[in-house]
Amino acid sequence: MSKQSPKISNFIFNKNVQGVFYQAITLSLVILGIYYIVQNTAQNMVARGLASGFNFLGVESQFDIQMTLIEYSPTSTYFDAFIVGLLNTLLVAGIGILFATIIGFAFGIMRLSSNWLVAKIAESYIEIIRNIPLLLQIFFWYFAVLRALPKPKQSIEFMDSIFLNNRGLFVPDPNLGEGSSILFYLFWLSVIISIGIFVWSKKRQNKTGKTFPAFFTSMALIVGTFTLTLTALGFPISFEYPELKGFNFKGGMKLIPELVALTFALAMYTAAFIAEVVRAGIQSVSKGQTEAARSVGLKEGLVLRLIIIPQALRVIVPPLTNQYLNLTKNSSLAAAIAYPDLVLVFAGTALMQTGQAIEIIGMVMGVYLFLSLFTSVVMNLFNRYMKVGER
Amino acid sequence: MNTFKMWILSLTASIVMMPAAFAGTLDTVKSQGFFNCGVSQGVPGFSNPDENGNWSGIDVDVCRAVSAAVFGDPDKVKYVPLTAKERFTALQAGEIDVLSRNTTWTLSRDAQIGLEFAGVNFYDGQGFMVRKDSGISSAMELDGASVCTNLGTTTELNMADFFRANGMAYEPVVFEKADEVVNAYDEGRCDTYTTDKSGLAAQRTKLADPDAHVVLPETISKEPLGPVVREGDGDWADVVRWSLNAMIEAEEFGLTKSNAKTECALTSNPVVARLCGKEGATGAGLNLGESWSYDIVTMVGNYGDVYETHVGENTPVGLARAGSPNASYKNGGVLYAPPAR
Repeated sequence: MSKQSPKISNFIFNKNVQGVFYQAITLSLVILGIYYIVQNTAQNMVARGLASGFNFLGVESQFDIQMTLIEYSPTSTYFDAFIVGLLNTLLVAGIGILFATIIGFAFGIMRLSSNWLVAKIAESYIEIIRNIPLLLQIFFWYFAVLRALPKPKQSIEFMDSIFLNNRGLFVPDPNLGEGSSILFYLFWLSVIISIGIFVWSKKRQNKTGKTFPAFFTSMALIVGTFTLTLTALGFPISFEYPELKGFNFKGGMKLIPELVALTFALAMYTAAFIAEVVRAGIQSVSKGQTEAARSVGLKEGLVLRLIIIPQALRVIVPPLTNQYLNLTKNSSLAAAIAYPDLVLVFAGTALMQTGQAIEIIGMVMGVYLFLSLFTSVVMNLFNRYMKVGER
Repeated sequence: MNTFKMWILSLTASIVMMPAAFAGTLDTVKSQGFFNCGVSQGVPGFSNPDENGNWSGIDVDVCRAVSAAVFGDPDKVKYVPLTAKERFTALQAGEIDVLSRNTTWTLSRDAQIGLEFAGVNFYDGQGFMVRKDSGISSAMELDGASVCTNLGTTTELNMADFFRANGMAYEPVVFEKADEVVNAYDEGRCDTYTTDKSGLAAQRTKLADPDAHVVLPETISKEPLGPVVREGDGDWADVVRWSLNAMIEAEEFGLTKSNAKTECALTSNPVVARLCGKEGATGAGLNLGESWSYDIVTMVGNYGDVYETHVGENTPVGLARAGSPNASYKNGGVLYAPPAR
């Protein structure tokens, strides 16, 4: 036997070397695969005369959008249309998450109620809502809303200034007059002072054990400052009232039925899941904790606030994050009922007019990925803040 | 040694994975024995399935004509219902071979998104439908209206142009599926429903009370509708283009579904003889059999036959042909086929 051969075979049969070798092969196959897909796509797009690139974003879109949170007209660019769609998606996701959380927590706690009726109401709500497909619920609420509401000329009125019909809810639009910027500065100042009060009262409580009604003080401060300045300035706010002109109301602020139906359906649906998450969280806190808290003399409200909820939140937050992500992604069902979200406006109309499917779908996917990762990061930070302090 | 193996591997891989050149659609279609035709999800008169799932309509008959020309049998077609939003991607991706789905021929579609239009089988224009009891008689009275329409159509752009040009405000309510548009309009979400006038006539039959609605007289756009194929496949585009042209030319020379057999036997007119496949070897140029145009006329019919069967005045859609652009140029319309010779 020569000296070398055992060395080589040692090398070849070395587990680590083999591992690296196979991983290298797998990695290069994956890279080759991706390269092939990109190359093939580019080649086929050229062969079929498809336009490519992102230059279209600077071109006039030439279409209108029903609801825009920024200035938009057919002479705006495709990029503006993208922003309009994005903001509409964020709006419906934001409102949806807020309401889903409130309704979900309420029903989750109700389901644990010792009152038979309350518990059963919560249970049937949860079981019915979460077992019906969301798209059907969206259609249901949309057509329920449309059917229930009158035509513009028979609008339901409140005090001659708020109107409700099947084109939407019309409310007076506040226009801020001169000097109103002071109002804003003072408002934000009082908010900052309130945060200071919270920090100070927490510190004082930790040091001396004395409590301070920080919440009520800061509410009084904010509301008081706002009202006083408003009076001092002589109410520099004028309202633009909606008026029936021709087909519909003009002026004022408008809430379209598509937004209402979509938000409603998303919030109700997700709330049913959140309720179960909340129930799981609360039930995960052992009974001993409640009994111990009571025996040291805490009041019922404080038992819940200081003992149960902080411990329950540790269980609640991770699955709650999932529900928030689901709600955001489910908001893309908006296209079914004409709510102009990102999918309808950008992956719909803009895609059809430009034909640049790869770029547009890529951007839309990027947006949903970013929104989801962003929500995850925020909720993870919150989770870290809520976790048990190691002592 | 690792690196060396890697090089061999990547080299082989890149050779194996070279993108295969496209086989022509015509050859592929011939060898598989059928082709896929993209149609609407149901527009009466244009492409609409009956209760047994059999498709009919003038858009469907374009595909049947192509099938008759290629296979000598009008039914070697698989119909793929598509939304307006899906249709171009389906064609680009090769899911369908012909798109015959009331699609408007425009510059950007032709030049930018990899489509080739094979002709026009219906000259249309966009209009508005309103409720009779709204008392509106002209599109110029629509200032401030809520307008229901379909996503992914030229309609969206035309209405933006129309309202902008006339300085009128409006609220676009845009749905993805045609049925949802009709439903929302019927429920009163919108004051008016806009699409191509033929589409309005067709969709009106789906409303709860068709007689309570009226189509306004204005036509706000040009909508030449026709079959579409993928760009870069000239042979297949030729087959579709000339199948349509043959239907139009057959009508110009009085060759109909019912008289074609006898006419072809008796004719002394060389144009008719060419359409009958007796002279001129027109099929060879298209890589088709010589009876291709004869098969189209006898199995599907000429343009007039098809029009009257599906959208003519005696159908529920009820679109009068005389006086419309869809009349033959001989009767003052704009329907005109280049000579099939």
